[in-house]
Amino acid sequence: MSLSDSYFQMCDALPGREGVLNFNLMCDNLPVLLQGVPLTLELVFVSLSLGFCLALGVALMRISNNRALNIVARSYVFYFRGTPLLVQIFLIYYGLAQFDFVKESFFWPFLREAYWCGILALMLNTGAYTAEIIRGGLQSVPFGQIESARAMGMSGLLLYRRIIFPIAFRQALPAYGNEMILMVKGTSLVSTVTLMEVTGIARYIIAKYWTPVEIFLIAGVIYLTINYLVTLIVKKAEYKFTPYLQHQK
Amino acid sequence: MMDFIGLLAFGDTGWGDEMLKGALMTVLVSVSAMAIGLIVSIFGTMSKMSSNKLVRSIGNTYTTIVRGIPELLVIYLLYFGLNNAVMGIAKGVFGYNQYIELPVFFVAAIAVGLISGAYSTEVIRGAFLAVPKGQVEAAKSVGMNRFLIFHRVLVPQVLRYALPGLGNVWQLTLKDTALIMVTGLVEIMRQAHIGAGSTHEPFVFYTAAACLYLILTTVSSQALNSAESWANKGVRRA
Repeated sequence: MSLSDSYFQMCDALPGREGVLNFNLMCDNLPVLLQGVPLTLELVFVSLSLGFCLALGVALMRISNNRALNIVARSYVFYFRGTPLLVQIFLIYYGLAQFDFVKESFFWPFLREAYWCGILALMLNTGAYTAEIIRGGLQSVPFGQIESARAMGMSGLLLYRRIIFPIAFRQALPAYGNEMILMVKGTSLVSTVTLMEVTGIARYIIAKYWTPVEIFLIAGVIYLTINYLVTLIVKKAEYKFTPYLQHQK
Repeated sequence: MMDFIGLLAFGDTGWGDEMLKGALMTVLVSVSAMAIGLIVSIFGTMSKMSSNKLVRSIGNTYTTIVRGIPELLVIYLLYFGLNNAVMGIAKGVFGYNQYIELPVFFVAAIAVGLISGAYSTEVIRGAFLAVPKGQVEAAKSVGMNRFLIFHRVLVPQVLRYALPGLGNVWQLTLKDTALIMVTGLVEIMRQAHIGAGSTHEPFVFYTAAACLYLILTTVSSQALNSAESWANKGVRRA
């Protein structure tokens, strides 16, 4: 007997409809919902990585002395932090398709796909929040450290690479961990534009069998597990990047 | 450009007044949710700071679960779960067998309220921990009882420490109400969706929605800034 057979046999033994929840059904549908996990993780990973690169640029623009760059970065952050993610997703997915010049442009093959619209919205959203986190980290670097690095003759990229970025990164890590969790939760919104990640699959199953509470509960457990793993990884990273604090534990 | 103005005009021809009504609904839901969240967070903080292990774990479970699963799922779960629960109780206790649907506004406020309550709990707990221990000891040593310490020493400082965090929770709550559209309650997002569907001008409507949210968040951040400087007016600065 295969592993999946024994799994489903175990499910059949669970209580069905009589109680408050149909455990039998929850157990049966867990593997189906798990099929959405790769897409959820992919969305999180791709949008976080692209968003981080974007945020780095925006944060540098935000602390630069150039007024124009500063205003562009400010308005970007203002817009994307001031509106709900759902509005951003809808604007990109439904809104852009309204214009003929978008449909005739080079980007249309991408913007036609819900997947790329989702990635674009998530990336722009996390980019704005992350830019503020990075800015906070960069500004937390004590001025004395930069001064002494300059006194040692470091300048430009070397100063950034050796002194500013490592300190800023360490400062920003806890806040960035929260942002990662927000992003995992944010991916559930792209189910509203037809993407079949965990929430999308949950909605599909519910539309078929009308058992909302059971299915959304399992979906919740899946997200909780992902977020738990994310916090574990962030904690590990924090421990690793603050070697001078390790003896305090 | 003319369409833009025409579409969002007030009166029978445009959608401007409908969108504003949606904004009013968003504000109503947010305020109710924030109020529910604050009440929940009082109990949440009490439970998380209790000396009883079981009570403490209840508070911890609540904040972990609600902050760890997507807001959309919390809303869906309560939207379906609350109706089912009420129908179950009605059937079990009163023998009432008909279909019951709770008012959507009520469900929405409770769902968003529970989400904002979890975040407020963390903020208020942090504010309690920020009050220096020596102050409580000093209050005890001059003979204040527990109630007096709470209301003369802790509460005034906790409110001040918690204000910036609660401001952030308010902004989160305001934006979370956009997800309420899935329940069919006509707030900004739902209204924009309806408008976009019936005029085939999604860009105009979602941009209008985005602007309404921007206005709401900007106005509230200004208000919060002045509230913070009011609360800190007695604090000596370095």
